[in-house]
Amino acid sequence: EGGHGPYQPHEPGYGLDQPGYSPYDDEIPDPQARMLAIKNAKAYLLKTSTKSGLNLYDHFANILTKILDEQPTNTVDIIENISKDVKWEQFRKKMDTLRDEHLIPPTFEAAEKYKALFVKEGGEDEHEELEEEMGKPSLPNVMETAFYFEQAGIGLSKDESYYIFLALKNLNNVQPIQTCRFWGKILGLEMNYIIAEVQLREGEEEEEIGEEEEEIIAEGQKEIGQAEEEDEQKEKEPEPPKSTYKPPPDIPKEANGTGTNKYVYFVCNEPGKPWVKLPPVTPAQIVCARQIKKFFTGRLDAPVVSFPPFPGNEANYLRAQIARISAGTHVSPTGFYQFPEDEEEEEEEGADTYEENPEFEPPPVAEMVESLATWAHHVKEILKQGRCVWTNLAQKSEENEEDEEEEEEEEEEQQEERGQPLLTLISEDEGMKNIPAWTAQASTNLIPEYSVAILQSNRWPGAYAFASGRKFENIYFGWGHKYNPESHTPALPPPAEAEFPSEPGITETVDPTVEEEMAFKAAQEEALAAAEEEEDEEGEDD
Amino acid sequence: MEALSLPAALALVAGGGAGLSPERRAALGASLPLVQRDYRFERVWFWGCIQGVRGAYYIAEGLGPDRAAPRSRLYSLNCLDWSLLTPATKEMLALAEQLKGRFQGDPSFEYSLAEINAEAAARLVQSGKEPVIKEEARLIATIEQIDRAVGIVPRGAFVKTPLGSVHENRHFEGLSLVEAKKLSSYFHFTEPANLKNKTLLEKADLDPSTDFLDSLEHDIPRGSWSIQLEKGGTVVVLRSLLWLGLTFYHVPMTKQFGYVYFGTGEKNLDLPFML
Repeated sequence: EGGHGPYQPHEPGYGLDQPGYSPYDDEIPDPQARMLAIKNAKAYLLKTSTKSGLNLYDHFANILTKILDEQPTNTVDIIENISKDVKWEQFRKKMDTLRDEHLIPPTFEAAEKYKALFVKEGGEDEHEELEEEMGKPSLPNVMETAFYFEQAGIGLSKDESYYIFLALKNLNNVQPIQTCRFWGKILGLEMNYIIAEVQLREGEEEEEIGEEEEEIIAEGQKEIGQAEEEDEQKEKEPEPPKSTYKPPPDIPKEANGTGTNKYVYFVCNEPGKPWVKLPPVTPAQIVCARQIKKFFTGRLDAPVVSFPPFPGNEANYLRAQIARISAGTHVSPTGFYQFPEDEEEEEEEGADTYEENPEFEPPPVAEMVESLATWAHHVKEILKQGRCVWTNLAQKSEENEEDEEEEEEEEEEQQEERGQPLLTLISEDEGMKNIPAWTAQASTNLIPEYSVAILQSNRWPGAYAFASGRKFENIYFGWGHKYNPESHTPALPPPAEAEFPSEPGITETVDPTVEEEMAFKAAQEEALAAAEEEEDEEGEDD
Repeated sequence: MEALSLPAALALVAGGGAGLSPERRAALGASLPLVQRDYRFERVWFWGCIQGVRGAYYIAEGLGPDRAAPRSRLYSLNCLDWSLLTPATKEMLALAEQLKGRFQGDPSFEYSLAEINAEAAARLVQSGKEPVIKEEARLIATIEQIDRAVGIVPRGAFVKTPLGSVHENRHFEGLSLVEAKKLSSYFHFTEPANLKNKTLLEKADLDPSTDFLDSLEHDIPRGSWSIQLEKGGTVVVLRSLLWLGLTFYHVPMTKQFGYVYFGTGEKNLDLPFML
């Protein structure tokens, strides 16, 4: 419709917009009544609701105030939400006469812990120690490593890296540490693990071994005591036949400082929480860890429920996975480490030690990316047995005369396992199907002068290494599992024990059923009765 | 995650160790606005990165006015030149599910179908094409699967208008700390499958404008999400265990949320054994 005015005299609406001539004038004859109508309308708006105690007038006033204060865009589209919000605010203020207890959300506690990391402890003592120390500082430069990995897009946020840096420093102050390194981060379901690889100063470790042995001896004595009690009880009752099964002897774990236990690992869930030392790993744990695949929960004392049953809890499983990852993915540029020249050993496998090569000349980054022969493993491979150095169990059990017979059979089966010697080039790592074991890239193609060579492991997704000049480092960020091109198949339970063979002397037959027994009994009684009758008859005849 | 809030968001998901190098970040900052301009998207999300053996694919998604409409996906090998991907078809999805192993990093790499699925191979041969499937198709199918299975948003972040289209909720102030720890406060951002199966009591509690998607509570297998509070409780991070590498972050009581995928693009079929 077009506009209405101004009306011309000949049009129907002419003159109706003048006061006193509008169409409704007969309904509202005078201003007094109009004012009354307005008052009535306002009184209606001021009526308080029986349910909520609000009234529409105040509510509209609040809405308009809020809108005019905040001036949101496209107000008409969100007017209902604004109305709801205003109502909500009303309720919150009126209902609570008691003050809520001031809730301290966990964010503040954690912030306190982080702040505690920044406190510098013991000013004077540190200065003296710094002067005495010679050689490499034991604290690694975590921020520098993080910078290089960041060039490849790997790593944690800068804040978290710095917190880890400070936490490592605290660890250094608390524990007697010779060298320390940030090994990486393993993710878990409830919490994550931050892991530090540490070499303790010599002498400190022996004390701990002594403690562990004492604990084991004490436990052993307790067990013997209990066994004796049980034996006494058993002598009173006829004993069931004892099984002649002897479990195979445990493969001994490697001594601290060698092989899989070369380094000691400390973990914490978040920087600021106390560091916990992981126990040394045993070969049985490694062998079992190869067969299972479980997520970490984040609690070190959580049980690992699996088949084959894992001998230990989550702390042991974590340690076993760390050992496997280190053995599989810790690499360094070829030639950086070399075998010490003064030792003449015929067997290279026995070589456990390496030292830095002072004459190492780093190859250019392009070459490090193209050829995998420029990288070498510097951690010994773990054999199938679960150790780095093979032990012949037969030698140890010669002391027990009882086991000689079993042993002679076993000697034929055990063959010495040989792993790759230390410092093998990674170009010899086998790939899986059509995927190579390692992927090498340069961090940037646009600025080749300053690019960094990056290695990613495909066997252990999450393991990375970088090299730039003389600097190199390994790190792990991931869930802690090996890559399996096929799906994980859990181990099958062992086959059922063979039954005793049926021989003429021992055959297996079915037990007679109740009916058969009754029938047999009835037949027997009949025969007896018949025999008695015959005797009676014979007796009578006589 | 929103292309505009990329730097802050990357810092929040860095807990998993995966991220982008400064070079890539700078490239994204330059190229994503151009993508938005060229394709006339209303929003551009950086979806994530799929690591192949020889290279990586960087994926971005563009959204139109209806945020729940099928999204356009683009991929790039260097974060600078983006190519549009065709929408996923059911055939592609079915075939790609049978492909196993890592991505190669080359979009024209061909997987031979004869070994995997003889029927499909025969069909293709009959229609005159070679019995192969290209890595590009596998990429399209994988992205679609990941989005459908584990692409999540917080409850209340999106509203459905009576006309059926979905918009961001301008009144969304973020989940509270208590709500943020519950799986039921997060929804799958795809066509809902289970909404109609709820009991009448549950349906009565739902608000049809915000509760129009499936929540994570009833995901099978149970426990396939890991919820953690990181940075001392200021960020809630959800990680999917079914597609390892998908990370969702949300800062409670703020509007910041998003998800990103940094991984190898393989489904974790061993999940039931690992829990």
